[in-house]
Amino acid sequence: MKKLIASGTQSVDSLQKSHGRNWTLMEKLFLGLTLPQYVGQALRNPLNWIFAIIFAVGIPIILGRFFFGLSWVTHSSNDYPWGLFLGFGLFGMVPLSSSGFLLGTSCVVFGRHDLEPMERLGLLNGLLGYFFAVVYLLIDLGQPWRLPFPMVVSFGPAAVLFLVAWHVSTYLSVQIAEVSTSFFEWIGFPIGIRAIRKITLGLTVSGIILSTLHQGALGALFTYAPGKVHPLWYSSSYQWIHFFVSSIPGGLCMVITVSTIASKTMSWRFDKRFKESLDRITISLAKGASMGLATYLTIKLMSIAHDNKWAYFATGWGEWYLVEIFIGVILPMFMLAYAIHHKNMAIIRFGALLVVIGIFLNRLNVALITFNWKLPYREIPHWREFIVTLTVYALYIVVYRFILYRLPILYEWRVEKEFAPAYVTETESTPLRLAVAYAAETESTALENSDTATS
Amino acid sequence: MKRRDFLKGCLVSGAAASLCAPSKSWAVGSFEGYPDSMGVLVDTTRCIGCRSCEAACNKEQKLPEPDVPFDDTSVFKEKRRTTEKAYTVVNRYEANDAQKPPYRKMQCNHCNEPGCLTSCFVNAYTKTKEGAVIYNAEVCVGCRTCMVACPFNIPAYSYSSAISPIIKKCIFCYHTRLKFGKPPACVEICPQEALTFGLRSDLIKMGHERIRETPDRYVDHIYGEKEMGGTSWLYLSRVSAEQIGLDTTLGNEPIISNVKDFLGMVPMVLTIWPALFTGIHLLATRNKNHGDVHDNHSEQEDGKK
Ligand code: SF4
Ligand code: SF4
Ligand code: SF4
Repeated sequence: MKKLIASGTQSVDSLQKSHGRNWTLMEKLFLGLTLPQYVGQALRNPLNWIFAIIFAVGIPIILGRFFFGLSWVTHSSNDYPWGLFLGFGLFGMVPLSSSGFLLGTSCVVFGRHDLEPMERLGLLNGLLGYFFAVVYLLIDLGQPWRLPFPMVVSFGPAAVLFLVAWHVSTYLSVQIAEVSTSFFEWIGFPIGIRAIRKITLGLTVSGIILSTLHQGALGALFTYAPGKVHPLWYSSSYQWIHFFVSSIPGGLCMVITVSTIASKTMSWRFDKRFKESLDRITISLAKGASMGLATYLTIKLMSIAHDNKWAYFATGWGEWYLVEIFIGVILPMFMLAYAIHHKNMAIIRFGALLVVIGIFLNRLNVALITFNWKLPYREIPHWREFIVTLTVYALYIVVYRFILYRLPILYEWRVEKEFAPAYVTETESTPLRLAVAYAAETESTALENSDTATS
Repeated sequence: MKRRDFLKGCLVSGAAASLCAPSKSWAVGSFEGYPDSMGVLVDTTRCIGCRSCEAACNKEQKLPEPDVPFDDTSVFKEKRRTTEKAYTVVNRYEANDAQKPPYRKMQCNHCNEPGCLTSCFVNAYTKTKEGAVIYNAEVCVGCRTCMVACPFNIPAYSYSSAISPIIKKCIFCYHTRLKFGKPPACVEICPQEALTFGLRSDLIKMGHERIRETPDRYVDHIYGEKEMGGTSWLYLSRVSAEQIGLDTTLGNEPIISNVKDFLGMVPMVLTIWPALFTGIHLLATRNKNHGDVHDNHSEQEDGKK
């Protein structure tokens, strides 16, 4: 792509392709390239070949899971009901997706307009993370077609998972609404943009509430298993705080990591504003993350002290715990502090990556690695389980890239006032309008439903 | 505009608050179990490991053929757990001295405040007034949280089914027997009368009586009287509870007490957060443009430091 742009190809960043002519949808999808050009650049990218191999192996296995049952892809363990799909996919992806609410909050609620160029990436990262967490969940559930049951058929309101189900689904629609602005700009639908802008604050505030609760709730889920989660990772009063607080640096560092990867692989998509503010914003995010890490470390120690669990440090579990804390919290904390001071971008970015790894490690430790520590055996997931997990993650990356290439996330959509009438031709197309109106309606009914269900 | 957003925020969260309010009151109220709850007293000193209860359960619950026949004692070489094919299993444990090794039958303990029940987000479990914890496969989504939440590692899952996998566990023979006041199949068949069926309250008295009458035969403890909020199935033993594989570190609080801290804070977040953050927003943006923060990109560009 970089080469193509250098050779004079124009990338789509506004409704009009130069002299007053609108881009067609096809052209937008193909990034303003011709079909042969598009296919050519896709084939030249070695990453696509890797993805192709992963999908060729993984997608049949995912289908197989639905034909032959979970026992075909997992060890069907009764002692480890939750495997990699949830341990990695749900418990790992959700905290890394807190970026949506964090950046939304800083920009909209705290009025930190300096972070704005990054806001959309944060929102998108949140949306995709949640969406794919739900994909993992659907693969893992025994009867995924019953997922709406807790909303419509049978209620278990004392269950933490009930709260998670309601909040994640509501929050997913909130995030779709938040990200839809970029989509409306891209397809040229100003009414939708204005509608969303009107409710931005409402969306953001409900995002904070929903996020606090379900990030915490994922931790609280493990308080159902006091005898199974290892005491060092368990705390009946602090568990939800641990999960919630660690999701803050997690989400911020995930955005840093994603933007780093993007700047290495798709800088052609950055506009001047994004490119120029990237380092500055990365430092701001890193500051937030290091504060989050410090808080996290403090409450981690507090909970150990609170239940007086120091003795466990003398065991192998304790060493493993220290490894996790060191890699995921202490080391990056110092790296970030040092690098913020010296404005060393490389170290910040590496530290952020460590935090992301640390979050995955922590969630896997709680859900899988140290789970059932009293049982004599450890469960190693089935190889098919690894492949399915990898395939879904690859799918996540592909979708992520697809959107970043197209929607105005890393660049600002150029709106030229004098061409304004051009909107009209686009919005005239009724099916489009219907679709959007429908989307808006489902959104509002979802909210209404939650109202009526409760009254 | 802002006021309306604020109200909207309050509305959404208020709705959610009312949604969670019942959960809180339920969770915090402590529940002592039904007064006429039935139970079974398992006297492990009488059990000889004949596995006839396993066979009876298999027949009563129409479970598939076992991998190893029920008269084969080679199964005692390892510790087994309940599975989708076996709602109850008997395990052999190490003896203290020259005595015969103790055996223990395990199955669902039918807790007074079951972890499985409280964790299920579609309320698939019911604690009946007879004391049985039964399960409704019709609503189960298959999240398997109940398996995580059961402190005794009892529920199993029929992973092998692609279309309708469900939770499999002992249901106290509720539908075929308990409902009609009859003892469960496993109890009826036991040749040693190691299992006694009766009112839970009577069984506790009986247990203490046995301990008093023959103190050298028992440790002075009925496992399940208080453990995890109390269970309908109770255990007597010659050796300590942990020696026969019963977890003694769980304490006497039911599972739900561990979750209370979180459930209790939910309504707080729901009521305080909207006001708090909307307030912060008003403060943070007071000196900037009062219009919609997003409407004017160029102005913000100027305003940023
Ligand atoms: S023993 Fe386990 S499955 Fe049985 S009632 Fe108690 S928590 Fe539920
Ligand atoms: S697996 Fe079924 S019964 Fe168990 S908690 Fe989930 S929905 Fe409830
Ligand atoms: S009570 Fe019934 S279901 Fe439970 S172990 Fe005994 S025979 Fe099986």
